[in-house]
Amino acid sequence: MEIKENIHAAPAVSHDHGHGHDDHHDHHQSFWTKYVFSTDHKMISKQFLITAIFMAFLAMGMSMIFRLQLSWPNHPFPFLESIIGKWGKGGVLDSGFYLALVTIHGTIMVFFVLTGGLSGTFSNLLIPLQVGARDMASGFLNMLSFWFFFASSIVMFASIFIEAGPASGGWTIYPPLSALPQAIPGSGLGMTMWLVSMVLFIVSALLGGINYIATVINLRTKGMSMTRLPLTVWAFMITAILGVLSFPVLVAAALLLVFDRSMGTSFYLSDIFIGGVPLDQVGGSPILFQHLFWFLGHPEVYIVLLPALGLSSEIISTMSRKPIFGYKAMIGSMLVIAFLSFIVWGHHMFVTGMNPFLGSVFVFTTLLVAIPSAVKVFNYIATVWKANIILSPAMMFAIGLVSFFITGGLTGIILGDSALDINLHDTYFVVAHFHIVMGSSAFFGMFAGVYHWFPRMFGRMMNKTLGYFHFWTTLICVYAVFFPMHFIGLAGVPRRYYTNTAYEGWDGLININELITVFALLAGVAQLIFAFNFFYSMFKGPKAPQNPWRSNTLEWTAPVEHLHGNWPGEIPEVHRWPYDYSKPGAKEDFIPQTVPASETPESNRPGDH
Amino acid sequence: MNLLLIIAVLLGVLVTARLLNVVQLASSLSGEDKDETQARHDKWNGIGMMTFMIAGLGLMIYMTLKYQPFMLPEAASKHGKETDFLLNINFAVIGIVFFITQIALFWFVYKYRHSASRRAYFYPENMKLEMLWTIIPTIVLSALIITGLSSWNRITNDVNKGDGMVVQVYGYQFNWITRYAGADNMLGKSNFRLIADDNPLGVDVSDPAAADDIMTKANEMYIPVGQPILFEFDSRDVLHSAYFPHFRAQMNCVPGMTTRFYMEPTITTAQMREITGNEKFDYVLVCNKICGVAHYTMKMKVVVVEQAEFDSWLKGERPVVPAPEVVPAQNNQIDNTVDNNEAANAAV
Ligand code: HEM
Ligand SMILES: [Cu+2]
Ligand SMILES: [Cu+2]
Repeated sequence: MEIKENIHAAPAVSHDHGHGHDDHHDHHQSFWTKYVFSTDHKMISKQFLITAIFMAFLAMGMSMIFRLQLSWPNHPFPFLESIIGKWGKGGVLDSGFYLALVTIHGTIMVFFVLTGGLSGTFSNLLIPLQVGARDMASGFLNMLSFWFFFASSIVMFASIFIEAGPASGGWTIYPPLSALPQAIPGSGLGMTMWLVSMVLFIVSALLGGINYIATVINLRTKGMSMTRLPLTVWAFMITAILGVLSFPVLVAAALLLVFDRSMGTSFYLSDIFIGGVPLDQVGGSPILFQHLFWFLGHPEVYIVLLPALGLSSEIISTMSRKPIFGYKAMIGSMLVIAFLSFIVWGHHMFVTGMNPFLGSVFVFTTLLVAIPSAVKVFNYIATVWKANIILSPAMMFAIGLVSFFITGGLTGIILGDSALDINLHDTYFVVAHFHIVMGSSAFFGMFAGVYHWFPRMFGRMMNKTLGYFHFWTTLICVYAVFFPMHFIGLAGVPRRYYTNTAYEGWDGLININELITVFALLAGVAQLIFAFNFFYSMFKGPKAPQNPWRSNTLEWTAPVEHLHGNWPGEIPEVHRWPYDYSKPGAKEDFIPQTVPASETPESNRPGDH
Repeated sequence: MNLLLIIAVLLGVLVTARLLNVVQLASSLSGEDKDETQARHDKWNGIGMMTFMIAGLGLMIYMTLKYQPFMLPEAASKHGKETDFLLNINFAVIGIVFFITQIALFWFVYKYRHSASRRAYFYPENMKLEMLWTIIPTIVLSALIITGLSSWNRITNDVNKGDGMVVQVYGYQFNWITRYAGADNMLGKSNFRLIADDNPLGVDVSDPAAADDIMTKANEMYIPVGQPILFEFDSRDVLHSAYFPHFRAQMNCVPGMTTRFYMEPTITTAQMREITGNEKFDYVLVCNKICGVAHYTMKMKVVVVEQAEFDSWLKGERPVVPAPEVVPAQNNQIDNTVDNNEAANAAV
C-alpha cells in the first residue's frame, strides 16, 4: 500500500518541482503529518536522532553524578540535593540510587542511544537513499517503530521519578534480585516499568528491523546488485537480521520474569529465604535467565557496533579518496561476526558454575570472533595507506572509532579466555573493555555519521572548527576516562560498587578515580559544543552543496531539499560499485555509482563490478 | 595527581592550539569552505593525530609503570600463579598488536594527508595480503586458545580430585558465613526452610555429617597454607559472587545450586605482609555480583596461616550443632555478629 502510494506520489512531486518552489512538497501536509506522524523515512530518522540525543545527555548526566561519588566518596555536593531530591540528602548520593543511576545509565546508553538511536537514525536515513528507493518498504510500520521507541523512552524516563526509584539491579536485570522487591527497592514498580519499556522498545526494534531487511531485499534500484551495495547498507541489514533473531528471546526472558514477579511461578527462583521467610517458589534456576538474556545480550553488542563500522567504512573510503580495501572481505567478516555472535553468549557466564567443557566451547567461539575483527582492522589500515586523506570531522571520528575498536577489541581477547576471566569477571576491567569497544567506538561511529550526513539530513553544513574541537576534547577525554579503568580492574575492584573504599587495599586508587572523573566532566562539557553545533547548524548553518564530500553513493544525487519520494522523476540507475575513488585514468577522483561504464572508457578495468 | 597535571597540561596545549583556529570560526560560520582552509585543517589535524598517538602511547606506558604498586600483588594461590603468567603472555601479545596497529593507523593518517596534486593509490584488494592477515591472527589465537584452555581445564578439573578440605562459603544480603566440614570432610545437609536465627545456614542437625561441622564466629575466615581447599558456594537470597582477588579465584553463589572452586593458597598473610611491605595487609573476600543496596560492603577478612595455627583457630570457632547447655550464649554471640553487620550496613 505505502509503497504504491509513494511511487505514485513521486511523479506528482517532480511535476510540482517544475513549477519551482522549494516548499512545494508539503502542500498537503499539516504540521502533524509532516513533523509528528510522518511516514517519511528522512523525517523519522531525524525523530530518532533527536530523541536519542536527549536520552544520551540524560544518561551522560547520570554517569557524571555517580562518577562524583566514586572519586569523592560521601563528600557533600549540595547541588545534588536540588537535582535528585531525597536521593541526595545533604548532597551525598544514596547508595541504592547509585545503583539505580548505573542501571538506567547502562540501559539508556545501550538500548536507547546506541541501538534505537544509531540504527533508527542511520538505517532510516540511508537505506532508502543508498539503495535507491522512494521510502521504506512500509512507511506506516516505520512510523509505528518510532512511536513505540518514543513511548518506551517516555516510560523509561518516567521510571526515574517514582517513589521507590527506578530499576536498580544492573542493566542485565539478573533475577532473583530483579524479581524480588524485598531484595532491593528498585525491583518494585521501577522494575515493572523497566520491563514495560523494554517490551515497547523491542516492538520498535522489530518493526524497524523487518522494514530495513525488506527494503534492502526488495526495493533496490535497477542495477543495484547486492555486491554494489555500500557497506553501510550491508551493515544495517546484518544488524537488522541480528535484532530480529535475538530480540524476541529477550521478550521471552522478560515475560518469564514477569510471571515470576507477579504470578508466583518459579522459572528463575528456587531455595530463597528473604525478609525472614522462605519463599514458596522452588525448582527454577537464575542461570536460565542469564542464558536467555545473553542470547540477546551478545548479539546486542554487535547490533550496537556493526552500524558504526558500516558508517565508518563508508566515510573512511570517501574521505581517503580510495576504495575500501577488501570490500568483499569486509562483508564476509561482518557476516562471520554476525553468525558467531549467536554462539558466544556463554563468555558472560564462565563463573556461574557452568560445566567447564561448555565453558571451553565458548572460549573457542569467542576467540574466533577476533579473526574477522582483525581482518576489519587491517582492512581499514590498508585503506588509509597511500590514500589522499581529507580530515573532515567525520573522518577524524571514523579514525577514532578504529582506534577504539582496536584498544577495546584486544582486551576482549583476555576476557574471552575463561582462565583469565575468573579473576577479571565483573571487575572494572570489564567496564573499561566494553566502554571502549562498544560505547566509545559506537559513539564515535555515530558522531562520524552525524557530521558526514548532516548535510543530507538538514540541507546545511555543520561547523568544522567546532567539529574538530569536539573531536579532540572527546577523543582525549574518552581515553583518559576509560583507559585507567583497566588498572582499577586489575587491582580487583568490582563494578557496581557505590564506593571503592570498602577495602583498604584499594584506597590508593583514589587518584586514578579523580583523574577519571575530571575527564568525564570535561567530556560532558565537550558534548555541549556538539549540541550547540548541531542545533545551530540545523537552522543557521551554510546551505549544503549537492555533494559536499564528492561521494559516489546514491544519496548525494537526491535533491538537497527533501522530497517525499526522494528523487524527482525516475530513480537513478546504478552502474558500478560505490568505491570507484581515485581510479587510474579517470577525470575526477570519484565516479558516482550512476555513471555507466560506457562513459568512462578511460578508466574501466577488467574485474570492475 | 602528578599524572593528572601532565594530562591536563597536554590537553590544555591541544585545546589552545585548536582555539587559535577559532579566529577562522567567524569566517566558516558564515560560509564557504575553501580548499586552502581544508588544507590547513588537514595539516594541523594530521599533526594532532601524530602528537596524540605519540603522547598517548607514552602516557599509557607511563601509567602502566606508575600504577604497578596499586595492582594486585603476586598471586597467592597455585593456579593464580599460572593464570598470572598466562595473563602476562596475553598482555604481551595484545600489546604488540596494539602498538603496531595504532602506530600504523595514526601514522598513515598523518602521512597521507590530502594533496590536490596527488591521487590516492587505487588498491581495492589483494587476496594474498588478506589471506596473510587472516591466517596470522588465526595462528596466534590458536596458541592463546590452547594455552588458555589447558589452564582452564586443569583449574576446573581439580574440583574432582577429592583431596580438598571442604569449606562452605555462604552469601546472604549483605554478609558471608563460612562453614568447615570437620573431620569427616563432609558438610551436613542443609535446607533453606530450616533457616532460623540460631541456624543461619539452615543446616539439618539430624544429619550425622553435620555433627562435626564448624561455623565461623566473626566476619573472618582462616585457611591453611599449602593445603588444597574445595570451596562450596551457596546463597540464601539473590546471586552473589565470592571473589578472592588475591587468589585469582571467583565463583558465583546461586540460590538453589551449589557451585564449587578448588584452590591452594601458597602465601600466608604474614608472608604477604612482607612481600607488600604493608603491615596491615589482609586478604579479602568480596561480593562481586550486584546483590542490593549494600552490595559494596559485603566482604570478609581472609587469613592464611600455617596448618597448626589453623587447627587451633578452628577449635575456637562454633560447632554448627551446638552442645545443648551453651546454646543461648553462643547464639547470642553469633547473632550479634550478624546483627552488627546488618546494623552497619543499614547505617551506610
Ligand atoms: C559519558 C561517558 C561515560 C562515563 C563517564 C561512564 C561511566 C560508567 C561507569 C563508571 C560505570 C560503572 C559503574 C559501576 O559499575 O558502578 C558505567 C556503567 C555502564 N555504562 Fe557507562 N559511562 C559513559 C558512557 C557510556 C556509554 C557510551 C555506554 C554505551 C555502551 C555506556 C554503557 C554502560 C553500561 C552498559 C554500564 C553497565 C551498567 C551496569 O552495570 O548495569 N556508558 N558507566
Ligand atoms: Cu558477549
Ligand atoms: Cu552480594
